[in-house]
Amino acid sequence: MNIHAIRVIYKYEMMRAFETIAQSFASPVISTSLYFVVFGSAIGARIQTVEGVSYGAFIVPGLMMLALLTQSISNASFGIFFPKFTGTIYEVLSAPISFVEILIGYVGAAATKSFLIGLIILATAGFFVPLHIAHPVWMVAFLVLTCISFSLFGFIIGLWATDFEKLQLIPLLVITPLVFLGGSFYSVSMLPPAWQTVTLFNPVVYLISGFRWSFFEVADVSVGLSLSMVLVFLGICLLIVWWMFKTGYRLKQ
Amino acid sequence: MGAMQPIVSISNLSKTYASGYQALKNVNLEIRRGEILALLGPNGAGKTTLISIICGIVNASTGTVKVDEYDIVRDYRITRSLIGLVPQELTLGAFEKVWDTLCFSRGLFGKKHDANYLEQLLKDLSLWDKKDSILMALSGGMKRRVLIGKALAHEPVVLFLDEPTAGVDVELRKDMWSLVQRLRESGVTIILTTHYIEEAEAIADRVGVINKGELLLLDDKQALMHKLGKRQLHIELASALSELPAALTPWALELSTDGCQLSFTYDPHKSHTGIDPLLQAIRDAGLSIKDVNTKQTSLEEIFVSLVKTNS
Repeated sequence: MNIHAIRVIYKYEMMRAFETIAQSFASPVISTSLYFVVFGSAIGARIQTVEGVSYGAFIVPGLMMLALLTQSISNASFGIFFPKFTGTIYEVLSAPISFVEILIGYVGAAATKSFLIGLIILATAGFFVPLHIAHPVWMVAFLVLTCISFSLFGFIIGLWATDFEKLQLIPLLVITPLVFLGGSFYSVSMLPPAWQTVTLFNPVVYLISGFRWSFFEVADVSVGLSLSMVLVFLGICLLIVWWMFKTGYRLKQ
Repeated sequence: MGAMQPIVSISNLSKTYASGYQALKNVNLEIRRGEILALLGPNGAGKTTLISIICGIVNASTGTVKVDEYDIVRDYRITRSLIGLVPQELTLGAFEKVWDTLCFSRGLFGKKHDANYLEQLLKDLSLWDKKDSILMALSGGMKRRVLIGKALAHEPVVLFLDEPTAGVDVELRKDMWSLVQRLRESGVTIILTTHYIEEAEAIADRVGVINKGELLLLDDKQALMHKLGKRQLHIELASALSELPAALTPWALELSTDGCQLSFTYDPHKSHTGIDPLLQAIRDAGLSIKDVNTKQTSLEEIFVSLVKTNS
């Protein structure tokens, strides 16, 4: 295994995040704080509790997921798209490095950044609402799995995208609506029965539900199902990336 | 590995892109250890495709390539660590520092960080004082040198330079040539593609000519010029001619537009070049000779004539 290559790709990607620290870390923290102010304090003050949890605290896992998903995708997609766009990808393609090593470097760095953002948002939430995490180990497990899965998904988008518009297309048109409609700000049980059934086709519901369970032991679907869905999504992403590298899709002619 | 073994062996290599365009047609080529090989060819000849396949950026359709006896597909980790590539375009990041980008390249190719080696490399490339500069602040010539530095950061034994002096001024081109010579002296095999015949003429040991995906010719530079090179005898006349005298027509002379110069092409390797009877015939025709000089056909003229024949 080319450990040196993994290390430099990872380091280079992490350096990029710290050089643009305002964009990488401050921006998601500020936008999440605004959600807390608007939904948690202003509107949340008029909502008593949701399934026994104060509304301000109830939305914390959903907001973390919103930031994690969008950040994982944008970090990873940009990380691989930009060298493709500038042409510097030639160096990675001509290096003695396997696709697994490329993945560990790029996706590992994107997932690490998202994980750090998740922790920062959690700390920020602590300023607005009192938090108690019922299952910290499971919370971290969900956090890590989500960061890795969606960084992989972002990596796929970065490989697929041929211009900046395509790079933004999936996150804006697919991911954001799925997260908003996936129970970030409400419990699925608050919806009419017909919409509850429709919502179950949204994969993000399982993520948020499982993650929320690790905080409050309150879930829309069973934890086992949530975990299985995350693992299935991870497996699908890995298969797609494997196929892309094997065929050289949009990388090698 | 014997010293006689070629460092790169290319057998029956073909490449057809998804669009149906056939960029390489059954290319066979052996590159000797320690040589400088210049690949000449017009745009779209297949030079970059050939290099890209050897380096692992493009997949071959058929054929095999071995580097130091290792297959580039099966043993890609070994072959790629032996190769350095300087691409044609100035493909560099924008905001990284020169030093960081070299460290990145060295690590990417599986080598442990070595500050002393990289420092010496930057000094050899006259970039040491720019080590903390960000890449986009560098001039075009400096960026080209950074690309060479990146390609050499992992101490390769084979270096591919894809049109290294395209768009580079004369002074920098000469610097580049001396750098290439120094690299060769250090044992690195160098393959460069170029449009500039004078480049091949100045630094290459062997010259290959590629056109329309085919390797038309490969030979030692001197042997090539010896085999295909003609000489021209230029005779400057004391007074201008309006047309060639009939007595001189058997020599297939060319008369310059101002009528003051006659040119005679001959093969210098023949025992009878025809110069002596020509000069006699000129005198017999009553023409007065002012000056005489001869000129060897340049590689450029050989190249143009080969490519024309192939077209």
